[in-house]
Amino acid sequence: MSTKKTPAKAAKKRGAPASTSLASAKASRAERTYDAIVVGGGHNGLVNGAYLAKAGLRTLILERRHLVGGAAITEELRPGFWFTTFSYALSLLRPQIVQDLELVKHGFMPLLMSSTFAPMENGDYLWLTQDHGQNLKEIARHSKRDADAYEQYGHDLSKVVQALKPLFDQAPPDLFSDDPEELLALTQLGRRFRSLDKRTLHNAVRLLTGSAADFLDDYFESEILKGYLASSSIIGTKVGPRSQGSGLVLLFHAMGEHDGEFGAWSFHKGGNGGFTQVLARAAQAFGAEIRLESPVAAVITKNGRATGVALTDGTEFYADTVVSALDPRHTFLELVDPRELPDDLVETVQRYRFQGTSSKVNFALDGLPRFPALPGREDVFRGFTNIGPSIDYLERAFDEGKYGWYSSRPYIDGAIQSTIDPDMAPPGRHVMSCFIQYTPYKLRESDWDAEQENLGDTVQRTLESFFPGFGDLVLQREVVTPLHIERTVGLSEGNIFAGEFFAPQMFFFRPAPGWSQYRTPIDGYYQCGSGTHPGGCVMGAPGKLAAERILKDRGKGRG
Amino acid sequence: MPKREGQKKTDAPRGAGATRDAGEAAVVRTSPFHARTAALNQVQLWSHWSNYLAAGRYQLSDKAEYFAVRNAAGIFDSSPLYKYRIGGPDAEAFLAGVLARDIWACPPGRAQYTCWLDDDGFVVEDGVVLHLPQSRPSVNEYLLTSAEPNLAWFADRVGRLDVRIDEVSDDMGTLALQGPRSRGLLAKLVPQAETLPYFGVTAGKIGGAAVTVSRTGFTGDLGYEIWVDAGDGLRVWDELWDAVQGHGVQQFGLDALNMLRIEAGMLELGADFDSSRYAFNDAHRSTPLELGWGWMFGDLKRDDRAFVGRRALEAEIAGKTSRWAMRGLVLDWQDYDQVYDEAGLIPPKDHTPVIGDSMLYEDAAGAGGAAASGGQGGSGVALGQAGYATSFMYSPMLQRHIAIARMRPDLAKPGTRVKLELTVDHHYEQVAAHVARLPLYNPERKTA
Repeated sequence: MSTKKTPAKAAKKRGAPASTSLASAKASRAERTYDAIVVGGGHNGLVNGAYLAKAGLRTLILERRHLVGGAAITEELRPGFWFTTFSYALSLLRPQIVQDLELVKHGFMPLLMSSTFAPMENGDYLWLTQDHGQNLKEIARHSKRDADAYEQYGHDLSKVVQALKPLFDQAPPDLFSDDPEELLALTQLGRRFRSLDKRTLHNAVRLLTGSAADFLDDYFESEILKGYLASSSIIGTKVGPRSQGSGLVLLFHAMGEHDGEFGAWSFHKGGNGGFTQVLARAAQAFGAEIRLESPVAAVITKNGRATGVALTDGTEFYADTVVSALDPRHTFLELVDPRELPDDLVETVQRYRFQGTSSKVNFALDGLPRFPALPGREDVFRGFTNIGPSIDYLERAFDEGKYGWYSSRPYIDGAIQSTIDPDMAPPGRHVMSCFIQYTPYKLRESDWDAEQENLGDTVQRTLESFFPGFGDLVLQREVVTPLHIERTVGLSEGNIFAGEFFAPQMFFFRPAPGWSQYRTPIDGYYQCGSGTHPGGCVMGAPGKLAAERILKDRGKGRG
Repeated sequence: MPKREGQKKTDAPRGAGATRDAGEAAVVRTSPFHARTAALNQVQLWSHWSNYLAAGRYQLSDKAEYFAVRNAAGIFDSSPLYKYRIGGPDAEAFLAGVLARDIWACPPGRAQYTCWLDDDGFVVEDGVVLHLPQSRPSVNEYLLTSAEPNLAWFADRVGRLDVRIDEVSDDMGTLALQGPRSRGLLAKLVPQAETLPYFGVTAGKIGGAAVTVSRTGFTGDLGYEIWVDAGDGLRVWDELWDAVQGHGVQQFGLDALNMLRIEAGMLELGADFDSSRYAFNDAHRSTPLELGWGWMFGDLKRDDRAFVGRRALEAEIAGKTSRWAMRGLVLDWQDYDQVYDEAGLIPPKDHTPVIGDSMLYEDAAGAGGAAASGGQGGSGVALGQAGYATSFMYSPMLQRHIAIARMRPDLAKPGTRVKLELTVDHHYEQVAAHVARLPLYNPERKTA
């Protein structure tokens, strides 16, 4: 989405080509002038551009690669086999976006991930499905006590999610402003928390600040159940389930909503690449223009105002609103000259924690894996396969990550997506997406170019231990490390959320204190990527909320 | 996956129509495909449909079955439908007199969705009639389906005509293969399926058994129905099942079907309307125009058939006396969420259809002009009532709550804003909705 070139070099002033007359130069400048330019065609850039175009702005979305989607793409790596290279499921997408952008009209189709299958190291398993009664009995097989504790946990978590959900749909108030509007928003926020019952508020704080393991220990005794539930507390983040802060990650993932059900997940038809194609069609239908293979080198500024962007080939486009959908490092340190920004902001962004720790290993399979305890059962694969059989397993995997190496028995969130969408693979064949953790961006005394295939082997070996014969099914393997995420998508240090989820980088402080409302210190220059509130995952909220801010500001400017 | 081998012994067809265990006081029948569908029914829940065991769902998630149909294909056992084979030299003349839609426009190899009326122009029932492909020019046969028994009603109207009506409900099995992949998969077995037009009918063979294939269904998707002698049921099932493996095809039950048909705007007897035959008053009767079937009578002027109910129908058209118009309803998602949010509840988005009357009211502040008139609708309609919804659900494909509804004709214009009454926390709330044309989900592939 962005480039590594420094803005100073790339933004060199260039005049119109010498051969053109002044009139045609003017005409061509007019053609290259828009109301708004969005840098980066990831899902938030597309959402942002679509909202701006819907509001009537002449909008240009510039994407560095040959396809839109950023980290939400689907690629045919082997004829007939479609891989969700990076992002692989849908849950946190704000339902309003589906409605506002009329995504159904453009092919929005969230197929149901109907179960989670969690194999255990002793050959047993936990299989949770869409059937409530079955789930309770299945949990009781592991701990009778945990069956109704699971009900209580679900209810308590839903109460917290319900209380916090509105925060996902509005920009955080500015803590540092004396603007009455901001003070009012702050008061309303306080009032919201005051209105919660004691238990819910306390649970919220425990989750936002504490560890997932502590929280889960209060409810459950079954290792497999805790392992499964704790898995969402580490996704994309360099924490173990016993680290303070893992509760926040768990809560974040529970905020997802699929057809009204919190914490439920879906698989978009054609993968998340299918989804971003839907977004692109919607944006175009509202009039947005999308230019592929157009890497932006720099945002052009004049007297502290954004006036356009320059591509790496020197082409310039002009607009008085420029929106960066890239992560904060690119937005503040690369697209513009840090010297134009206040020191404290530059410092905060330099300290902003990325430290990507997740990888993907994607497989083309000759058939479905076999689980010895359930011979012949194929339906267990119509959802997620969660390799994280206990909190100890996850914590041990984290231990290796802590010291700069990848887990020898990694956490794996697998999904054989072709069981849900047969268009992903030829008949009888399958594609399996595996999210892997921990794989720290910075390896101790090595690098990912050297370790890439070793990681692939480690993952395959781990799968083999749960599904004997797995290796024989593998037709092709794709290993995507944090380094490859950074190189391909542009996400700094391969952090899938464009910046880690932890309290100092959330809400008021995402991405930096005082800059959580999508503006930047440069007039007309905005940010809309996952590095802004509420954060990462294919959620679209940053793109939407940034568009609201932009439109409000433009309205004020005109008035 | 269930093993097929072990079942072979008990599979042996017991002869056409003999799917009921002889000598036992069995209270329910099983379809010709039951040996297979039973093995696939993981939840072992069955409902009774015309005295047959019918699966509500085969797996723990009916929604997964629903998505299989919309994204790949699904197989549904619709054998319990009533089926009548109508033949004889005067078959066509007979049907032209008893069916409201013009059967002359349905040559061999075509099918029609049709209905039959009483003398007052009220709908007795609806069904699909297949004009079977002619094996010989002299053979002219139809296969008519219905939800409830209609033999007496038809037989009583034969008069002097030379017509033979046989009820073959128990002698035939019907499998629906529905969804975007249905054409390619069925064409592996019956090549003519590849080019069979919407509502076309063809004869073919599957596993050596003679079958009739029609491009019909109750899902509003691309799809086919396969009609087979009961004794050939398992043979045909096995061939079809083998052909669809690896394609994401799943068997689906009544629960998913109900979702699919609501999205497709297809009405269900007993849910969205009732048969005029057994209604105690006209409030429970409907004319075909009130059910949105006016399109069946586009060329009434050019056909001079004397069919049952014609005069009443003509009078209704001329006098514009229809009491209702059948429409879709799409709920305003923001208003819906707000009503629940304010009650401290998580807005439910339940795909399980709710069948039964829900009241619709005029939107006092609504657009559309008609609402302001506040006029009294048809008989017995309270002032302010805009209509009523009969089938309501959250549609995963449309990401909205939708309904099939009857609107007062003056409020039936698409886009008209109305209020739907819902029960929230044990009291009534009104949620904004707008009127839309049926079907609400209508993919191009359905007819392409």
